[in-house]
Amino acid sequence: MTADDVLVRVSGLQKSFGEHVVLRDVDLELHRGEVIVIFGRSGSGKSTLLRCVNFLEDPTGGTIEIAGQTLTGGHRTRRKREQIRRVRLHAGMVFQQFYLFPHLTALQNVMSGPLALGRADRRLLSAPVDGSVDIRGRSDRATIKRRALDLLDQVGLADKADQHPIRLSGGQQQRVAIARALAMQPEVMLFDEPTSALDPELIGEVLAVMKKLATEMNMPMLVVTHEMGFAREVAHRMAFFHEGVILEQGTPDEIFNHTKETETRRFLDAVL
Amino acid sequence: MTDTSGDFRERIALASARIPFQVKVGAVWAVLFALLGMLFYFADYDVDWMRENFTFILRGLQFTLLMALGGIVLATILATLGALARLSRNPILYGVAGFYVSFFRGTPLIVQMFLVYLALPQIGGNLVDRYPGLGTNFQQALILEAATAGTIALGLNYGAYMTEIFRAGIQSVAHGQGEAADALGMRYVAKMRRVVLPQAMRVIIPPTGNEFIAMMKDTALVSFLGVAVATAEMFRRSQLVGKADFKNLEAYVLVALFYWALTAIFTFFQSRLEARMETGYVRESRSIVRAARNPPHGDLPSQPHGGLG
Repeated sequence: MTADDVLVRVSGLQKSFGEHVVLRDVDLELHRGEVIVIFGRSGSGKSTLLRCVNFLEDPTGGTIEIAGQTLTGGHRTRRKREQIRRVRLHAGMVFQQFYLFPHLTALQNVMSGPLALGRADRRLLSAPVDGSVDIRGRSDRATIKRRALDLLDQVGLADKADQHPIRLSGGQQQRVAIARALAMQPEVMLFDEPTSALDPELIGEVLAVMKKLATEMNMPMLVVTHEMGFAREVAHRMAFFHEGVILEQGTPDEIFNHTKETETRRFLDAVL
Repeated sequence: MTDTSGDFRERIALASARIPFQVKVGAVWAVLFALLGMLFYFADYDVDWMRENFTFILRGLQFTLLMALGGIVLATILATLGALARLSRNPILYGVAGFYVSFFRGTPLIVQMFLVYLALPQIGGNLVDRYPGLGTNFQQALILEAATAGTIALGLNYGAYMTEIFRAGIQSVAHGQGEAADALGMRYVAKMRRVVLPQAMRVIIPPTGNEFIAMMKDTALVSFLGVAVATAEMFRRSQLVGKADFKNLEAYVLVALFYWALTAIFTFFQSRLEARMETGYVRESRSIVRAARNPPHGDLPSQPHGGLG
């Protein structure tokens, strides 16, 4: 892969909450079409990394290069807020707790992002990777609705379009949340422990949607998860987080079968 | 003797246990109304006078409602802006909102009405005397009709109280909701309008309904500004005719009943609105929710049964 293929480049990233250092020095590159699974113990900083990438957390140090912009943390001037907002237009985020909007139906949830965009914003979007309706340049509600219905269909929830989230199971809610993120035609998807809040029997349906996204659409993804089966099957690369740094990274084969670090081995033995 | 009386009380208690609780409460209300009616009858309550002046006082209803409506609209706008400012990290916005809330909560409503009605024109007049460049239009703009001044004062006053209601409502929305909106690239205004405020409304609407009902009654204070008869609200009208005919009892009882009925009507609509706000927050279908809210009274053992037995 060439340098041009880099979609997200995290360099020397540091993050502290007061005295507490969560990220010490993190470098990571995500290439076009690549799926990286980030794993490690709770509190190792993996979620914080993901949240720093779209500036839901403000990095203490280092730079993040995403969607053609290089950004650092620090005081948010008006200009910086706008830059961050543009980064977010290109990065779809899926949360552990779904965070669907409870006052809106599934369909309205999926439409909510595009509907909030101004006309100029819509032109900033990337081309959709899913081969579905493209909402760029078109500002009508009907186009946005067609795309939203299409995405709900892709996550297998076309029949739930008019239900409010409270009527959906956790797995269904998370699939709606994935469709909501996809509605913005993101260049990259960020998954923050997407199955950790789910009952065991509901995990499979969410992972299936994510797998489809990765294998059929080549969506670049940063996935924080404990699902090692998913990692083995889907990930191109895995990064083991330990005490605020990436201790080891490599292909699933390298990580599972040729583990270099004892910490990684200990963690894998504990979860497998 | 004690035995039979105990027996009698026992039988009454048993008989009354079968009457639904709400029916008993209704009976109590009916008795209270009857007692009041008797009191007025013995006090030579003039029903004919009441009948003659009924429509005159009731015609003030439109102005009462108009002022309350204008006041609540202004208060809602101010409270929304005030709450957002109280939650912002901008020291100017935060400071201005704090100043506003502090002043209008810290002074009596009636004083604020006189400030808007009588103090503002003086400011205008004196400023124009000193700086003629401001022009007489400026001076004229600060001279308000009593009803307008009263409505503005109501809006300013209630807006200050409602700022705290709105702030609490906005803060009640889960933090993750704002993050989800941020992650979708929404701007601040879109995030508030599409995600945060609609959810905050659920918390905001019930106490705001109470504020509106309270404001409807506080419109009576505008009468102290001396409104012209043509545009006078209900209380002012009852005052005028009651004083003129020495029928204060009749006039004030009548206008009290009007306010009471108005409050009852709006309380009813408010409870309907609150039920509608539950969409998206309760899983059950509406009929089940309603049944759960209003359990059938009467034969439930948990209902209080009075002091007999």
